Amino acid sequence: MKKALLCICLILFISFVCTGYSLGKDIVRIGLITPLTGDVKTFGESTKNAFNIALEEYAKTGKYKIEPIVADDRNDPTEGANAALKLITQDKVVAIIGPLTSKVAIPVSEIANSNKVPMISGTATNPKVTISDGKRKPYAFRACYIDPFQGTVGANFALKELKSKTAAVLYDVGNDYSKGLAEYFKATFTKGGGNIVAYESYQKDDVDFSAIITKVGMKKPEVIYIPDYYNKVALIARQLREKGLKGIMIGGDGWDSPELLKIAGNAIVGGYFTNHYSPDRKDPVADAFIKKYKEKFGVVPDALGALGYDSTVMLLKVLDSVKKPTQEEIMKALSTMKNFKGVTGNISFDKNGDAIKSAVILKVDKDGFKYMTTINP
Amino acid sequence: MELLGYILQQCINGLQLGAVYALIALGYTMVYGVLRLINFAHGDIFMLGAFIAYYLISKLNLPIYFVFAITMLCTALAGYIIEKVAYKPLRNAPKISLLITAVGVSLFLEYFLSLNALFTPNYIAFPRPFEVEVFDILFFTVTNVQLIIFAITGISLGLLYFLIYKTKQGKAMRAVSFDQEIASLMGINVDATISLTFIVGAALAGVGGILYGIAYPQINVFMGIMPGIKSFIAAVLGGIGIIHGAVLGGFIIGISEVFVSAFLSSTFRDGVIFVILFLVLLLKPTGIFGKRIDKV
Repeated sequence: MKKALLCICLILFISFVCTGYSLGKDIVRIGLITPLTGDVKTFGESTKNAFNIALEEYAKTGKYKIEPIVADDRNDPTEGANAALKLITQDKVVAIIGPLTSKVAIPVSEIANSNKVPMISGTATNPKVTISDGKRKPYAFRACYIDPFQGTVGANFALKELKSKTAAVLYDVGNDYSKGLAEYFKATFTKGGGNIVAYESYQKDDVDFSAIITKVGMKKPEVIYIPDYYNKVALIARQLREKGLKGIMIGGDGWDSPELLKIAGNAIVGGYFTNHYSPDRKDPVADAFIKKYKEKFGVVPDALGALGYDSTVMLLKVLDSVKKPTQEEIMKALSTMKNFKGVTGNISFDKNGDAIKSAVILKVDKDGFKYMTTINP
Repeated sequence: MELLGYILQQCINGLQLGAVYALIALGYTMVYGVLRLINFAHGDIFMLGAFIAYYLISKLNLPIYFVFAITMLCTALAGYIIEKVAYKPLRNAPKISLLITAVGVSLFLEYFLSLNALFTPNYIAFPRPFEVEVFDILFFTVTNVQLIIFAITGISLGLLYFLIYKTKQGKAMRAVSFDQEIASLMGINVDATISLTFIVGAALAGVGGILYGIAYPQINVFMGIMPGIKSFIAAVLGGIGIIHGAVLGGFIIGISEVFVSAFLSSTFRDGVIFVILFLVLLLKPTGIFGKRIDKV
């Protein structure tokens, strides 16, 4: 009896302490959907690190107490959709950061939009993330440019800077991101007078590319465009070089991972890719973030980290600016936001919820990525 | 001339893939021969082989022949344990229970090993134990990786043939696959023979896993599913239960995959392979070398 009484007292005391603690600030829940395992796990790790830095900074000055809920999507659309449903229906988050890859972000944006939960993806570049069938999904935003721009930049770089006339494209037929970029690259490259000599697809789980590489090798392309994530790119790059193909490899922001060089080794050295930002960029906001990230995690943040940070800070800033932290208010404030000063540059959303941003081109060197040039939209 | 070189080059690509399929298909066909069981966990043994080799090379820096020896021992042990734990208690149960158990073992291996504390669900770069060299021969090229794959597949097949056709244990295996009951009446230890079949099949799958890792240097816990299914088709195509049928089937599947990608599109590749399976089952369910239709 005494014991039970003691227990009850203890529970009362604990609950009193807990509620007392949170009385100061209202609790707001934010979800993060990101691939922490699977084929693009470094994307998720960078984003999660940056997300945590942004939350820590906010905790000192912010209006609310943020309760983050992190979900792993494994870069799988089904997992991502399940995670989004759980975050929305069970955890009742007011907003979602992520997902990072277009193939997961497209289904998640549908769910977020129909449940009226604002979502900001840092790096999902496929147009369909914010638009479906020509209609804007008002609750979906992204902190990056979209693939028609990225593909164009890649193709123009191949035409003008590398002075190439023939190109081959290898893409993953089941991945919206890869497929989209391949199409935009092809369109711009042919329009600019270049010739696409091979346009070959493969599937998600493929590891043997010998057949299509041998086929592409017959055409001797000067440039090989591989718009996919780093793991697949590394595998393809090695097989390309082993089969004796000499063309210069070009890719998109999916290349941005320290793992790329580790897996592909010398095969990928000399390649170029379009990206969202370069750590070499001189800017006080960027410098402060890069310094903090480096202190905490020992590496220079990649674009995934930088954009993860930007989208989180953007959301938290909007959260403080609205009267009540409801989904609708946040959505409205986000769509009217102008000139947010982020690590990756000034961010304003256009009418589709896409950020208007410039692209940078990085070169793959023996010991990392080297900044080449910036291209404005 | 150029076209000829191109076709030859694609043939070599196909042989490289086919060699690995053949190694896996052997395990399917041998187990089917003695137990009339399609061992769905076989593709996962192949994955296990690749992972063990990865740890031996990257963490312990062992020379390549030790890697092969230890990996084969480990996968053989895994095959033995799976047989003892999962299949032996069901020896007299209906065949369908055995089949479902095989699916269960396969899923267990995939998802248990994908725990973060074990192999993790991540894609891992498989370290090449040697540098790749490319040799130009007339109008096509061969890499040392391909030569090693052909050589090791050849040696494994040779040893397997010796085991099955020249040793007492091999004779026992053939006898058990012919008729279990009669074999046991003739004084053959059926349980031991079945265990041996699993051990040999799993060791071959282990070799396949290492070769696959060397050829396509990226591994993950689900890597065994597709090669497993395709090798199973290879075994059916050659005539399930027949050793040389599995080898031929493996090469046919490998080469047709490459040729479909080369002359049609890689999107059709898997489709064509499954069409082959349908056609075999419709037109000649016993496969290329299959003759007898008994109790299947």
